[in-house]
Amino acid sequence: MLTKRIIPCLDIKNGRTVKGVRFENIRDAGDPVELAKWYAEQGADELVFLDITATNEERKTFAELVRDIAKHIDIPFTVGGGISAVADVEVLLMAGADKVSINSAAIRNPQLVEDLAKRFGSQCVTVAIDTKYTEDTGWKVYARAGTVETEHATVDWASRVVDLGAGEILLTSMNNDGTKAGFALDVTKAVSEAVSVPVIASGGAGTMQHFADAFQVAHADAALAASLFHFRELSIPDLKQFLKAEGIAVRV
Amino acid sequence: MDLVIVDYKAGNVQSVLFALERLGVQATLSSDFETIQSADKVIFPGVGEASSAMAQLKARNLDKLLPTLEQPFFGVCLGMQLLCQHSEEGDTDMLGIIPLPVKRFQTELKVPHMGWNQLEKLQSPLFGGIAEGEYAYYVHSYYVPVSEHTIAQTSYPEPFSAALHYKNFYAAQFHPEKSGPAGSQIIKNFLAL
Repeated sequence: MLTKRIIPCLDIKNGRTVKGVRFENIRDAGDPVELAKWYAEQGADELVFLDITATNEERKTFAELVRDIAKHIDIPFTVGGGISAVADVEVLLMAGADKVSINSAAIRNPQLVEDLAKRFGSQCVTVAIDTKYTEDTGWKVYARAGTVETEHATVDWASRVVDLGAGEILLTSMNNDGTKAGFALDVTKAVSEAVSVPVIASGGAGTMQHFADAFQVAHADAALAASLFHFRELSIPDLKQFLKAEGIAVRV
Repeated sequence: MDLVIVDYKAGNVQSVLFALERLGVQATLSSDFETIQSADKVIFPGVGEASSAMAQLKARNLDKLLPTLEQPFFGVCLGMQLLCQHSEEGDTDMLGIIPLPVKRFQTELKVPHMGWNQLEKLQSPLFGGIAEGEYAYYVHSYYVPVSEHTIAQTSYPEPFSAALHYKNFYAAQFHPEKSGPAGSQIIKNFLAL
């Protein structure tokens, strides 16, 4: 049976792993290659590397680091941050990345999603969506590392990028990110039910039960966390045993 | 051993090169006829879209060469689908080496089939040392149905060909280069064929 994926996310700045609490207050959590190898041994199903400075500072992506990661780990990984053209993606895939994640560039230029899917196949095109809920707006999509509100309602935007060729949605709730109060189950479930492609729940994981809820309540296909894993507050083997006991298909 | 990886700019060749490097195996990346023809073994990686990949192969005349090869040959993911007759992806005529179709998943489940799933009904030296039910990493929207050439199956939700063997051509729909220690073992098994 296809298993639910547990995905540690490594935010990268200047070649180092960082994790922002609500995208602010960044702390250093180590060397990405070492951390990646450790996660692969621990049973992580996949890894995500986001170059968090790329969008803000217009920096070019981190192909050298991607190469180094690909050289050392034998599980799949997705890279994102600052991708704005087909040529950027070609460099990353040729460096050994399995998937790319695009966010602001898709909002700026939705055609990019279609171009990438045509050139490389939908299976390597993940669209990352940062979403925030307010009573006035409902769940809206935010661009540029969560700093700019867009006109897009979250479920509509997810459906649109899937129609354009996205093969996966990485959905981060800005309300939940860094809170350890659990994933945003309502919007994750709404997106998961609206689209035909896998959805990664992101933002807010604090306990093992939160992961079970993401899979059983919100029907996510994968769940992502960062600081929880980086600071060893929760171990992946323990998490997988817990999920297995809950009747959730996991690779153990 | 002279191991060649087919270079046609459509596959994620780097991951395969690195997987071999981790096994201490040197490989040559090439689209040159003589280099490929004279290799002891050939690996044919692939991620991407079928018609683009076929166009890349045709641009290098590799669509003529690959069907004539006689040494052990290993197609991976799209590299497996390209060996088949025809794909529903872009209504593309493939290399036509293995007389099987490539179909799109028609299921209520999420497509692409993405993540770790189990290998079952293993029946080839390619799976020496691999347990029934071992996990392998998949990411694909199209599949090859189970046939007499199927040497391993995976279910999503119906069984499909996880791996094929036809004459000297071996192929895997999953990514051995991304499937942890089990995947490395499968690559080693191919190299030992």
